[in-house]
Amino acid sequence: MTLSTLELSLVAPEIFVLAMACVVLMAAAFSRGKNQTLSYILSILTLIGAAWLSYRFVPSGREIIFSGMVVADQLGTVLKLFCYAVLAVVFLYSRNYLQQRNLLKGEYFVLALFGLLGIMVMIAANSLITIYLGLELLSLSLYTLVAINRDSVLSSEAAMKYFVLGAIASGCLLYGMSLLYGATGTLDLTELKVALAGADPLRIEFLLALAFLLVGIAFKFGAAPFHMWVPDVYQGALSSVTLYVGTIPKIAAFALFMRILAEALGDMYGSWRDMVMVLAILSMGIGNLVAIVQTNIKRMLAYSTISHVGFILLGFLAGGPVGYQAALFYTLAYVIMATGAFGMIILLSRKGFEAENLEDFKGLNQRSPWFALIMMIVMFSMAGVPPMLGFYAKIQVIMAVLDAGMAWLAILAVLFSVIGAFYYLRIIKLMYFDAPDGAEPLQAEVDMRLVLSANGLLVLFLGLFPGGLLALCASVLP
Amino acid sequence: MIYSDFLLSLLIWVPVAGGLLVLAVGEQRLNAGRWIAMAAAGVTLLLSIPLYSQFDSGTAAMQFTEFQPWIAAINVNYHIGVDGISMPLILLTTFMTVLVIVAGWQGVKSNVSQYFAAFLIMEGLMIGVFAALDAMLFYVFWEAMLVPMFLIIGIWGGPRRVYATIKFFLYTFLGSVFMLVSLIYLYLQTGSYEILDFHELSLGMNAQLLIFISFLLAFAVKVPMWPVHTWLPDAHVEAPTGGSVILAAIMLKMGGYGFLRFSLPITPDASRSLDGLIIAMSLIAVVYIGFVALVQRDMKKLIAYSSIAHMGFVTLGFFLPFAIYTNTGSLAGAVLGMQGGMVQMVSHGLISGALFLCVGVLYDRMHSRQIADYGGVVNTMPWFATLLVFFAMANAGLPGTSAFVGEFFVILASFKANFWIAFAAASTLVLGAAYTLWMVKRVVFGDIANPKVAELKDINTREFIVLATLALAVLLLGVWPDPLTEVMEVTLDNLLQHIMQSKL
Repeated sequence: MTLSTLELSLVAPEIFVLAMACVVLMAAAFSRGKNQTLSYILSILTLIGAAWLSYRFVPSGREIIFSGMVVADQLGTVLKLFCYAVLAVVFLYSRNYLQQRNLLKGEYFVLALFGLLGIMVMIAANSLITIYLGLELLSLSLYTLVAINRDSVLSSEAAMKYFVLGAIASGCLLYGMSLLYGATGTLDLTELKVALAGADPLRIEFLLALAFLLVGIAFKFGAAPFHMWVPDVYQGALSSVTLYVGTIPKIAAFALFMRILAEALGDMYGSWRDMVMVLAILSMGIGNLVAIVQTNIKRMLAYSTISHVGFILLGFLAGGPVGYQAALFYTLAYVIMATGAFGMIILLSRKGFEAENLEDFKGLNQRSPWFALIMMIVMFSMAGVPPMLGFYAKIQVIMAVLDAGMAWLAILAVLFSVIGAFYYLRIIKLMYFDAPDGAEPLQAEVDMRLVLSANGLLVLFLGLFPGGLLALCASVLP
Repeated sequence: MIYSDFLLSLLIWVPVAGGLLVLAVGEQRLNAGRWIAMAAAGVTLLLSIPLYSQFDSGTAAMQFTEFQPWIAAINVNYHIGVDGISMPLILLTTFMTVLVIVAGWQGVKSNVSQYFAAFLIMEGLMIGVFAALDAMLFYVFWEAMLVPMFLIIGIWGGPRRVYATIKFFLYTFLGSVFMLVSLIYLYLQTGSYEILDFHELSLGMNAQLLIFISFLLAFAVKVPMWPVHTWLPDAHVEAPTGGSVILAAIMLKMGGYGFLRFSLPITPDASRSLDGLIIAMSLIAVVYIGFVALVQRDMKKLIAYSSIAHMGFVTLGFFLPFAIYTNTGSLAGAVLGMQGGMVQMVSHGLISGALFLCVGVLYDRMHSRQIADYGGVVNTMPWFATLLVFFAMANAGLPGTSAFVGEFFVILASFKANFWIAFAAASTLVLGAAYTLWMVKRVVFGDIANPKVAELKDINTREFIVLATLALAVLLLGVWPDPLTEVMEVTLDNLLQHIMQSKL
């Protein structure tokens, strides 16, 4: 096999991230016990470098390279660039938080970068094997990250739970893949699409394969009824890890769904649509209803994630370019909002104090009107109130569902979003209508304050002018 | 004039910008914040005068229109304009907001800058609701407006404010989301969000019925119509005075406005077949809610129920044309009913606003809204008592006040439709007088009830100016309603012609 320059240039970001992750690992190993600012700076540089490489080598169309193992398209470029930006923000939010807890170690950055590499591999995968490779790289990084606070019982328990359940889900996914392979004799997604073109979609092998694949994908997405790990992991992990777990892996899950079900198995839409419908309805229902009774904000946001995943799945099941565009827009919007929400939790935490309970948001308007406003924007956005970004995400999904002729599903979706509005309103109630318990000023570095403000204002700005993001989603998913 | 091209945009964005400026000035410089708020509201009021003076009442077409592409991907445009239906409501908004700012000058103790900012931002959003000609733009304003009101009730409200404000938000949110689904459906049919395109779209009966019901859910909650009115008494009782005034004077009108702008012209056949339902709900509001108001012990609750009863007249007037046509075979009198509904909206805005301000005056002094805590207020507050009695008379529909015009028009129109509808509607003249005047009797007249009442001080100049301005407006529209009815006549005629044509 010979490698052409074109092929290498299209995977340059992946190679660069891999190399830099190793560099950060070595740097961390040789500066053990010292200040880990070096790892932080190197990681940020990695992201900037990767972004430059991705931007420099944008594929002109859909390029299948490395004997069909890898695909490079504009969708992949957009998703990767988005991941770099979000991960940079995640690092920035986390640095001070980890420092205060003496957990600012190289491992955090190394694992986060390997996780990123896994996501990038999944985004660029054109073969079931490549997908699985990327997925496992991401998953193993995530399990370890959750356990990074090893002295905490909650963290260890969450990591254990995540690992065991995640292993089962990966097994299911692998089993589904092997069934597909058995039925068609290929792992290449392009060939798979050709092989399935004339096949009977109701053949039992295909249905079984779809069911197992969906179990795996639903688990990675955190869709009900495969959502059990989400609240425990979100609560048990350090807030900075929750920030990581709750944001960019959603993009990986989107890519997973997109590459396998939408692109390769797109012709079997009729067979997987109803399965996804069940997942979507259950996710919206369980997510929104159970979130109401939570008192821990990380758990509440975990259930809120589950309900948002339900909406993303609605986009997928509407099918066609309109539906996939809606799912992509929702995923990107959700990641921006979630970054802001978890960022606020980190902002309110300080040395020796974790802002984990809803009560910790009491009277924030008295302590810091500005950040209360930012949080309010994010919460209203998650509830889908205009003129915030989340509103257009919901509109796009509902439009796609109505377009597909499933009006009852649209009604169900808006009903669940009204139920969901309640627990977002409760946070605003705590911030604005209640008096604070203490008057400690917020402790946060200037960079964190600035970026978090920008994060919140971005939610508002993209809500006022969503045209650009909508056009971007439409252009990468024609 | 150069600014008249952007007049509506200025009306929307000047108050919003003023609100942001007040927020930026912050709590430290309170007086500066107050004056900025006053200036922003005042400028908006002045800007709305050319909206009236340059309005061409000879055409039903949209005027002062502006058009800018906004979200090209889903064909949403920043398209605004006014006709004879929306223009008076915008004037009402600018007028009431100034009064609310003046009335809130001293009464608010905490987060003062946020208080003024919330009202200013809400003013801009409310004008946006009335001016929007693009359905998505309309919906954005419609929902965004809930946010400041949610905060106003929640932050500066009474003891049960959290319950009241969350109930208010979720109730209206629930109603609105169904409308959103319908709007998206209409977009998928026409390919644009232009409300005027929706008017021309022909729809089958089933689609019309579903769309009508979804609109009804949104607008009936907002009006509010019986039986989805239960959020209103809670919200009014807990809201601060300014919040109650804006809620009663402007927000309730959006439901009525929605019927005229969306339900009737988009789904005329469904409106025709379901008009009996609306008329029945309106009459229940007039009669049953009138009795409910009679037994209230809390002044604000009483006025809240009286609002529901009066808004029943609005929806009654709007949905009479079909019955009039069936009964008499002609449309004579149908415009009268719709005009009556419109006049009633403006008039109720002024009168209920004034009554809530009066209760606010008493509450600031006594910190009680219970009727039983008062008695003989006329002895200590003669000026206040004079004004309160005037507004109470107006609320009861006394000839010479604006309320009489609206109610009289609607009752006249309903005689053409059916005697018993008119009979039930006319009962408001008795019921309205009973609950309002009985409240006034217990609060204002009689001997001084307790030492607290004996210590009451009469209203100061600021309060007097606010209430007297409102009294003047009520009186003016009562004896000379032509300036108001004239501007809406052609638009309503046109609307009537439109809804009489079947879309099937």
